[in-house]
Amino acid sequence: MSELVHPLHRFVRPSVKYSTFCPGCGDGTVTQSILRAIDGLGMELDDFIFVSGIGCAAWIPSPFFNADVLHTTHGRPIAFAFGIKMGLPDKKVMVVSGDGDLVAIGGNHLIQNARRNVEMVVLCINNGIYGMTGGQAAPTTPMGIKTTTTPYGTVENVFNISKLVMAAGASFVACWTTAHPKQLTNSIKKAIQKKGFAFIEVFSQCPIQFGRRTGVGSAVQMLEDYKKRSVTLKEAAKLSDEELKDRIVVGELVDMEKPEMLEEVKKMKSNVRGGVE
Amino acid sequence: MMGNVACAEGAIAAGCEFTAGYPITPATEVANRLAERLPQVGGDFFQMEDEISAIAAVVGASWTGRKSMTVTSGPGISLMLENIGFAIGVETPCVIVNVQRGAPTTGMPTVGVQGDMVQAKRGSHGDYEIIALCPSSPQEMFDHTIIAFNYAERYRTPVFILSDAFVGHMREEVVIPEPEKIKTEYRKIPEPGTDPQKIKGFLDEDVAPMPIFGKGFKAHVTSSCHDEYGKRNLIDISALDNFIRKLTNKILKHKEEIVLVERDYEGAEIVLVSYGAVARAAAMAAAQARKGGIPVGTLRLITVWPFPEEEIEKMARQAKRVIVLENNLGQIYPYIKAEAARCAEVSFLPPRLVGEIQDPEDILRKIQEVSK
Repeated sequence: MSELVHPLHRFVRPSVKYSTFCPGCGDGTVTQSILRAIDGLGMELDDFIFVSGIGCAAWIPSPFFNADVLHTTHGRPIAFAFGIKMGLPDKKVMVVSGDGDLVAIGGNHLIQNARRNVEMVVLCINNGIYGMTGGQAAPTTPMGIKTTTTPYGTVENVFNISKLVMAAGASFVACWTTAHPKQLTNSIKKAIQKKGFAFIEVFSQCPIQFGRRTGVGSAVQMLEDYKKRSVTLKEAAKLSDEELKDRIVVGELVDMEKPEMLEEVKKMKSNVRGGVE
Repeated sequence: MMGNVACAEGAIAAGCEFTAGYPITPATEVANRLAERLPQVGGDFFQMEDEISAIAAVVGASWTGRKSMTVTSGPGISLMLENIGFAIGVETPCVIVNVQRGAPTTGMPTVGVQGDMVQAKRGSHGDYEIIALCPSSPQEMFDHTIIAFNYAERYRTPVFILSDAFVGHMREEVVIPEPEKIKTEYRKIPEPGTDPQKIKGFLDEDVAPMPIFGKGFKAHVTSSCHDEYGKRNLIDISALDNFIRKLTNKILKHKEEIVLVERDYEGAEIVLVSYGAVARAAAMAAAQARKGGIPVGTLRLITVWPFPEEEIEKMARQAKRVIVLENNLGQIYPYIKAEAARCAEVSFLPPRLVGEIQDPEDILRKIQEVSK
């Protein structure tokens, strides 16, 4: 009998023998979507440099992906990725990290690089909580939720991450949940091919630190909750802000052409050097 | 040429291809010059959103195989320190120029102070070794920047240039040699085509080849505790011990090649120990003292980190009295005293006003006082 091997197993670093994600974690779904997108485009991991920060989602490429991976300090993966992309403009650079990493501590790098429209893919896995450190409130934790650092309930408004990145000027923004793995895979494919800053927010369940504390429940219940709360762009257009309050607007929110920074740098340098590339 | 401009020219001469920075007085002239010069030679200069991203981009660019540097002053270094630790932890060659200014905090930006000397060695968390050079003239801003790049590439580590507003803004003649006469080094990398699983790209006291990105080495680069292959280990404390010791020993083992000093104390009973701009005043005072018949010599530290204990001890064995001069309230003094006090009497002379280099007359008075 031949051994059964997962079709994406060839992308996994040989020294990795097990997953470090908790049972029911959404990161496995995101991992598969990334690898299916790369596989679907007929690309190899050597075409990519992966960069991640600190937090559970950052462990998707590090150490799982059998590729060049830079696992950086908390909040800074996009800043490191900027230097990598400038050094290797022909490679695809993909940042995979969480909402705490990219939007709380690292928020400035996120918006500045969306503004620059520097070509890279940024996947923000939004679980609405600090999972790795034990369930602390994030800028994405809904108001009123009890967490380990908000025992009386959170008192802050939440970030709408996709809207933030849209406003900052990214040329591609999509938002999905782990209940939309196929749509997510398709958007990742588009993001990889995008000449510009391509951002994807993925609502991803953390049943251990979020589901349990908030009472939303198990992984399955959280996925059902995502399905219930998701509305398409078209549906969202008919709803008021009040009606959209607890909803997740899913879909490809922005896909446009605008000057990309590496191209502009190339032009500038060519001018400075009198046409020499 | 201005010291800061000489530093930028030194970077170009050393083969720097990537600089990321953020505007700050008194370091701006280095960045301005590089912004103009790098695109002319095919390199890149980027102004980032802050110093945190500047050092991050420098580390990222260095992992693509490009010689990289950043330039800032004390407040910028304070912001960079976490990622400087990262650069040390994953063994990233890069040059960090600190044109020091009046501090603490926002302090006094246009005044030179040697206030960040220990910060360079101890500012990031944990045990580590760093290399730091202290230029005392515009010529050395040029020369030391080249040495810094060579050390960074040879030992796969960040290297500091600890200049200050005086040296950075000083204007003197700078001789720039022909490019072919400048020795430049480049990091070792693994043989192309090596099985990625067999690459030991980290934690070698004799400096592991750097599995730079984009070459199919499939490098797993994490600043978390890791082994020689880059594999993360967050459980075993013997792995942590190995991680810390290999990184520090990599510098300490090669200390003799790294340490540069200028000795001028033959036959001297009193030796003035200093570095950077202060060494100019020390040399002047020593010459005057010798004219007056007092046997005074000087020891100038060019490499401050790793700390040149052996050089201090050698000097102290000969000297009867040692006077330490710094433009601060005594940052390197305790390190010098710890070595020298076994053999000689050691004292410290701060400038009359911090931010003002010692007046050679004051140094002479101190010499007369200790020689009584």
